[in-house]
Amino acid sequence: MRETKNIILCGVGGQGTILTSKVLSNCLMKAGYDVKMSEVHGMAQRGGSVTTQVRFGDYVHSPIMGKGSADILVAFEKMEALRYLDMIKPEGKVILNDYEIASSTVLAGEEEYSSLILEEVTNAANASVLNACKIAGNIGNVKAMNIVLLGCLVKFMNLGELDWDTAIRENVKPSLVDLNIKAFYAGLGAVSN
Amino acid sequence: MKQILTGNEAVARGALEAGVGFASAYPGTPSTEILENIGEKYSDTIICEWAPNEKVAMEAAIGASVMGARSMAVMKHVGVNVAADPLFTFAYTGVTGGMVLVSADDPGQHSSQNEQDNRNYAKSAKILMLEPSNSQEAKDMVVIGMELSEQFDSPVLLRMTTRICHSKSIVEFGEPKAVKVIPYKKNYAKYGIMFPEILKLHPKVEQRLKLAEEYSNASSLNVEEWNGSKVGVISAGVAYQYAKEVFGDKASYLKLGMTYPLPMAKILAFADKVDKLYVIEELEPFMEEQIKAAGIDCVGKELITSIGELNPDIVKKAIFNEENNILTFNKGLVTQRPATFCAGCPHRGFFYQLAKEKNIVISSDIGCYGLSGNAPYHAKDFAFCMGSGFSSAHGAAKVAQKHGAQQRLVGVMGDSTFFHSGMTSMLDAVYNNSNTLMCILDNRITGMTGHQENPGSGFTLDGEASTVTDIYQVVKALGVKHIRVINPLKLQDVKDAVNWGLSFDEPAVIITRWPCALKKLSQADKAEFGNYKIPVTVEADKCIGCKACMRAGCPALIYNMEKRKVTTDAVQCIGCEVCIQVCPKKAIKKVGAGE
Repeated sequence: MRETKNIILCGVGGQGTILTSKVLSNCLMKAGYDVKMSEVHGMAQRGGSVTTQVRFGDYVHSPIMGKGSADILVAFEKMEALRYLDMIKPEGKVILNDYEIASSTVLAGEEEYSSLILEEVTNAANASVLNACKIAGNIGNVKAMNIVLLGCLVKFMNLGELDWDTAIRENVKPSLVDLNIKAFYAGLGAVSN
Repeated sequence: MKQILTGNEAVARGALEAGVGFASAYPGTPSTEILENIGEKYSDTIICEWAPNEKVAMEAAIGASVMGARSMAVMKHVGVNVAADPLFTFAYTGVTGGMVLVSADDPGQHSSQNEQDNRNYAKSAKILMLEPSNSQEAKDMVVIGMELSEQFDSPVLLRMTTRICHSKSIVEFGEPKAVKVIPYKKNYAKYGIMFPEILKLHPKVEQRLKLAEEYSNASSLNVEEWNGSKVGVISAGVAYQYAKEVFGDKASYLKLGMTYPLPMAKILAFADKVDKLYVIEELEPFMEEQIKAAGIDCVGKELITSIGELNPDIVKKAIFNEENNILTFNKGLVTQRPATFCAGCPHRGFFYQLAKEKNIVISSDIGCYGLSGNAPYHAKDFAFCMGSGFSSAHGAAKVAQKHGAQQRLVGVMGDSTFFHSGMTSMLDAVYNNSNTLMCILDNRITGMTGHQENPGSGFTLDGEASTVTDIYQVVKALGVKHIRVINPLKLQDVKDAVNWGLSFDEPAVIITRWPCALKKLSQADKAEFGNYKIPVTVEADKCIGCKACMRAGCPALIYNMEKRKVTTDAVQCIGCEVCIQVCPKKAIKKVGAGE
């Protein structure tokens, strides 16, 4: 019996967290896992905080997990890592994209985006920090940073042997398949376990 | 064939497998993707439509059932309030072709103004109700729902929740059923709703409920999982999954898929076998109250909150008083990230300017413009439901006027909301001689739910060209004498129009007309609005870092603390030009524009 693993992806609307979890859960399903994925997206199309949860194992009941339950948190944005840090197990892992998006309250000058966010996350948790935006930019499109982060996640989950190429091919636009496969392997190679 | 599907995608597949002939909906989170999926994948087989509102969707589905097809109406929980009128009478007449009403409730209010529990509708309308606990059941229950609808001559409520609608789990597909449309035969006694036949319907409904309860007791939709007599759990929907997560095999379960009428004999037998009985359900004590009324002792809402969405944590804490360990960190550093207008949103210019007006009260509505109450605009005063924007403004205006209040009322709603129930809202203000200024923010699409076509957009759900209902002509026909159409991104035009509108002591209407920033433009849009999507850039030597532009709240503007200058995010910016108009130093220009 394989123990259920819990993954959380968090970011800001428009960053591609939902597509990432779609690729992830499809690949896991084809590999024979029971998978449940849950997305929480607010009202607006863009700009709000977005999270998806993916749970997989032999049999998964609840589509969502509680606090202190995630094995890995993948944060597409720094502030979002801190927002959801209480979701991970104390021994859990954080994959942190060193990327900053100011919220509307910050833009309006009503709140400050602290310069201590990265430090706070890395002090509190076992975190791997990377600049997925830069890695994706080097490949040719900063928007592929979501799939770079998927590559990192797969590395830390030790699931590199699954058929990720097919999962990417089946879930992204045909014109973006090559870019995203490149991004995936760049992410896979960007971190060491 | 198996696929990993959201509950909504699964319901769409279920419609195909159930042989549904007609489906209608008004978009509303978390229900929207059901009809979108039917439209995308099955429109060859199923007649599928966006209706202007939920009442109309329900009525159209009723007509389809009367004409002999299996039919579906789909809506979010508050939509059922709108559709309740036809529902309650259709519950009396019964169906010809099977009819399933899908209600997508939103515990936790992820995107809703309340978290009403629509299971109560099944009880009030005295109709059968099914509740899926994963995507597989969501699909299967459309098929079963259609069969039960025809068997019991009743519409069936398929009650979903956000977590079922938007979670993905694995679904094994079935074969689509070929269901023939039942030839039409006039049946005035059943559908005429006239005295004296109408009096025969209610007794029939009561009889139907008795038979349905017998079915519920015998049905495999309501299933026992035996793990010993110490603890018993009765649960349904996603709450069942949370219960399984928390109790594991340390409890026996009575898992209910049919939750109205409840299988009370089965519940009684289960209760008799266990030492301690819990009822675990989200929101209201819907099952618990009925179980207790049947004289069965159980524990439910005294431990588990009736507020918000449940999760395994909440159930575990409530029952076992146990909590997971979490990391310690300074959560005080986390800023809020409220939903906001997108870069290039046409609402930005309108509300940036409107918020500057003194002595106005803004009565808003359900849609993206509701975000105008957030930072940095803080414009909206109140909103209640679809279509309330003008009528609530009107009531407030009458009181303000009679009692000498300084404030004038401004009502605001979108194009789709206007078609939904805003037309009658406006008619109320016109008919009763209001001095309300009414603004229709026409962004050429239904925005907030993710771009669904509507009667003003020129296309139907399945992409067919359709008659464009002209908002200006509708407003004129309602009797409004003062109407102005403006581009909401031109700040001076907005200012002038608002002053103009407030100068009358009778109804005035401003229609803003500019497409949603994320809308895929149609040929007609391109002809009307041109290619305006050229980003802007900030000339660093002219920028003095005053942040005036930032107060327009555009996510494509970035303030660099060290350099004390603003830059733009070329990926997000679509060149709406609001910041250009706001900058006091004329430091912002369209890319490629000369000196």
